[in-house]
Amino acid sequence: MTDATVHDHDTEAQFGDYFALLKPRVMSLVVFTAFVGLLVAPVSVHPMIGFCAILFIAVGAGASGALNMWWDADIDAVMKRTAGRPIPAGKVTGQEALAIGLALSGFSVVMLGLSTNLAAAGLLAFTIFFYAVVYSMWLKRSTPQNIVIGGAAGAFPPLIGWVAATGSVSLEAVLMFALIFMWTPPHFWALALFLKKDYNNAGVPMLTVTHGRRVTRQHILAYTLLLAPLAVWLGFTPIGGPVYLTVALLANAWFIKGALAIWRRDETMAEADKYRCEKAFFQFSLLYLFVHFLALLADASLRAFGVI
Amino acid sequence: MAFKVEHELHKRRFSRNAGVGLLLVGLICVVFGLTVVKVNQLGGFQGFDHVVRPEMIPGQTTGADN
Repeated sequence: MTDATVHDHDTEAQFGDYFALLKPRVMSLVVFTAFVGLLVAPVSVHPMIGFCAILFIAVGAGASGALNMWWDADIDAVMKRTAGRPIPAGKVTGQEALAIGLALSGFSVVMLGLSTNLAAAGLLAFTIFFYAVVYSMWLKRSTPQNIVIGGAAGAFPPLIGWVAATGSVSLEAVLMFALIFMWTPPHFWALALFLKKDYNNAGVPMLTVTHGRRVTRQHILAYTLLLAPLAVWLGFTPIGGPVYLTVALLANAWFIKGALAIWRRDETMAEADKYRCEKAFFQFSLLYLFVHFLALLADASLRAFGVI
Repeated sequence: MAFKVEHELHKRRFSRNAGVGLLLVGLICVVFGLTVVKVNQLGGFQGFDHVVRPEMIPGQTTGADN
């Protein structure tokens, strides 16, 4: 054995490293929201076809994650939060990530088309293109509105789930899309407020960097105020119900309260308590999305059992 | 003749190979299950299958009707 063939055992990729390319945490959110989108649709789907639809939507989301990691490897290496990802950690090469991303993209779109319908497959293809090309390649490094536009990519899964079941788009599906789309900016800007150094170092034009932290606080409040009526409106559509309406009213009231608190504070106050308010808002934002979709599921179950 | 002693490389890569193997088996199961469901959804159908079936010929009556 020559020296050239000696591998560094610590940096050799294991199966989990390839799996990490697919951003499993993002994928879990995709699986959950797509599942709800599929289940609340007024068309019953065979469990096996439903399972396949969710699986291929998740694989498609994972593929776009791998493409994003391939393109953003330079930024990921600089930011502490992402420095441990497989490419900057030296476990997987960029070329491997690109190959996996492209292969899984094609695979997931074709398989979703075969198992459900072409409209759902087309939407999945568009989502992958949107996240990998429009967001990662074009907008992430050029505009502070990157988060707003990138949010659209994350908002598609429930819509795709709905279309996989029904074959067409409707108001309920669009409102589920709008819920995630409008939720994304306050969620990420709250994160950017207390992780400021990371984004500064990477040179990503986050709103906090380009327009300052005061403007970011105003934006968080504005998007939260726009989000609330959309979230409540969904409760008055056929997929809404008493559980969803109650949850939406309470969660949005709490979310607006948090956004108002963030808006009232300045940097001195935030640094004094180590961004407690911003961190609490960020934590709650995760719960916010989860309980909304869980409530939709609860109402769908109540309807299925004839309770409402 | 005995095979060579297992190389250390093979041990290290076992998890990777096992993972890919399991994925492929899973994929086969998914595609098979999907095929079964899709074919069942087509509903009952029959063909001539080397034997003429009078009930499938338009305008013909079966022996039971006579």
